[in-house]
Amino acid sequence: MLGRGRKLAPYLFISPFFIGYAVFFLLPVVQSLRLSFYKQDGINSEATFVGFANYVRLFTRDDLFITSLINTTYYALGSILIILPLALSLALLLSRPKLRFREFFRLFFFTPNITSGVVVGIIFGLVFEQDYGLINNLLLKPLGVEGVRWLRDPNWVMPSIILLGVWKFTGINALYFLVGLQNIPSELKEAARIDGANSWQVFRNITLPLLRPVLAFVLTFAIIGSYNLFAEAVTLVGETGGPRNAGLTMTMYLFNRGFRELKMGYASAIGYSLAIIIVVLTIIQLRLTRALTRD
Amino acid sequence: MAGSSTTSTPLTQAMNRLGWGRKSKTRVLLEATLIYAALFFFAVLVGVPFVYMITGSFKTNGEIFNYPVTLFVQEPTLNNYERLLNGKEVPYLRQMLNSVVIAVSQTLLTLFIGSLVGWGFAKYEFRGKTLLTLLLLATVAIPFQVTLVPLFQLVVNLKLLDTFWGVILPSSISAFAAFFMRQAMVSVPNELLDSARIDGASEFGIYWRIGLPLVRGALAVLAVLVFLGAWNDYLWPLIVLRSPENFTYPLGLATLQGLYKVEYGMILGGSFIATLPVVLIFIAGRKHLLDNMTVGAIKG
Repeated sequence: MLGRGRKLAPYLFISPFFIGYAVFFLLPVVQSLRLSFYKQDGINSEATFVGFANYVRLFTRDDLFITSLINTTYYALGSILIILPLALSLALLLSRPKLRFREFFRLFFFTPNITSGVVVGIIFGLVFEQDYGLINNLLLKPLGVEGVRWLRDPNWVMPSIILLGVWKFTGINALYFLVGLQNIPSELKEAARIDGANSWQVFRNITLPLLRPVLAFVLTFAIIGSYNLFAEAVTLVGETGGPRNAGLTMTMYLFNRGFRELKMGYASAIGYSLAIIIVVLTIIQLRLTRALTRD
Repeated sequence: MAGSSTTSTPLTQAMNRLGWGRKSKTRVLLEATLIYAALFFFAVLVGVPFVYMITGSFKTNGEIFNYPVTLFVQEPTLNNYERLLNGKEVPYLRQMLNSVVIAVSQTLLTLFIGSLVGWGFAKYEFRGKTLLTLLLLATVAIPFQVTLVPLFQLVVNLKLLDTFWGVILPSSISAFAAFFMRQAMVSVPNELLDSARIDGASEFGIYWRIGLPLVRGALAVLAVLVFLGAWNDYLWPLIVLRSPENFTYPLGLATLQGLYKVEYGMILGGSFIATLPVVLIFIAGRKHLLDNMTVGAIKG
């Protein structure tokens, strides 16, 4: 029965994908590595080999790049440290047996995540507005705090972007944790309680270690997502990152150099630096998660 | 300590009477109240910016920037929507339509390519299968920023700059879609394929008439995910599209925000009508979507 057609068929099925993958992904990955060792200012202009000069300049002489690196790392740390405990608490609340409106809450907490980054950036521009914004007028004024300069004071720009991130991404992470919690067999917890463990001990010694795969997943995507941050931040603070570039993210910086100034080689070096940082952080993160949740 | 709560000693009896060992009714009630209060508090935090977007779109610019700042509308106006949609100042309706065309095409193409490769991997043994799987696994984690510059050069050289295809083609190759479809298609019973072969069906015909209909659910979930990604995408369309009449709606909104006089009422109106369809799709398909997006993502 194994005719020639059947032997050839799998290759025909997979070829559209793999041709596309080669042309639109693998080749650009290689091309970009090569380009990062060249100086090329213009889409198709001549490229001159400069060795590691782009990378050396990025990490030793380019203050804007260092600023964007610090800003993005600040965002990653800040948002993850707030989002994780918040999302886990939310998931613990949502995982209560016989909770009413569970579907409503799940759906509702998810909506920020399906809203376009530009839309979120626009709305939060008004949320953080100094004189007519929601936070200053509806939340802080009644508490006696006046006129926080959210998007105008360099020190407040990153906290603003972090708050935006918390608003947008806590819900989806809570849902991930919720799935993890629901996968933990309830007999395990009951057995521990019968053995006299209190709620905290059950959480620390049973729930947390069993949540490890979900935690690793959530952290990996939080790190990648943080270093990808673009649409929300650019809409909120503008392409240069607001006052003293305090909101300039790495992807914004890559965009500016690569597509506003057409520095093809330099932007490629930024792209590769970003990729290396993400990969290294993910590896560290996976090690840490394993160590911290060991029972 | 072990087993102390299962045996009835005078001590545990006393504890139960005092409401220590077991939760009393009032405590259960108090706990439930606190839980619902906390959840509704979070829901309000999530909801207020959306409410502000909706009410703001019915306010005049003067009312948005006026004291006291409220979530409610004093003098509702449809002026923002009129100006937004009549196409005299900005081609927003056109930009929404562009978004629809791009997102739908990208979804169809991604689903077709992804289900083809998924079918090849799920239902055939062939030389190089392991190698290709390893290649995919090894490269799938590379961040897309790495590819942006050469991809842009490629789009320029293919004369696809400022075209929909320039946006769609590179985005339609999704390793995620390939894995997702392979996972769904593995469970299609092989006996069905064999009997179809005996009846003389072609390999493509089997995929098209047996494979695809049997994984409708997975296709639907993937379609929504891809559509959502394409609908909300900003960075790549921003790089490829150059003229306002070719823009997708996020680019249109961003240019509105960059104008010398920022018309927030119009921008909020535009945000609302762009967000509404995806939220409605989501509410309609909530059962399949929420579970598949979260469970599917974690099980990878």
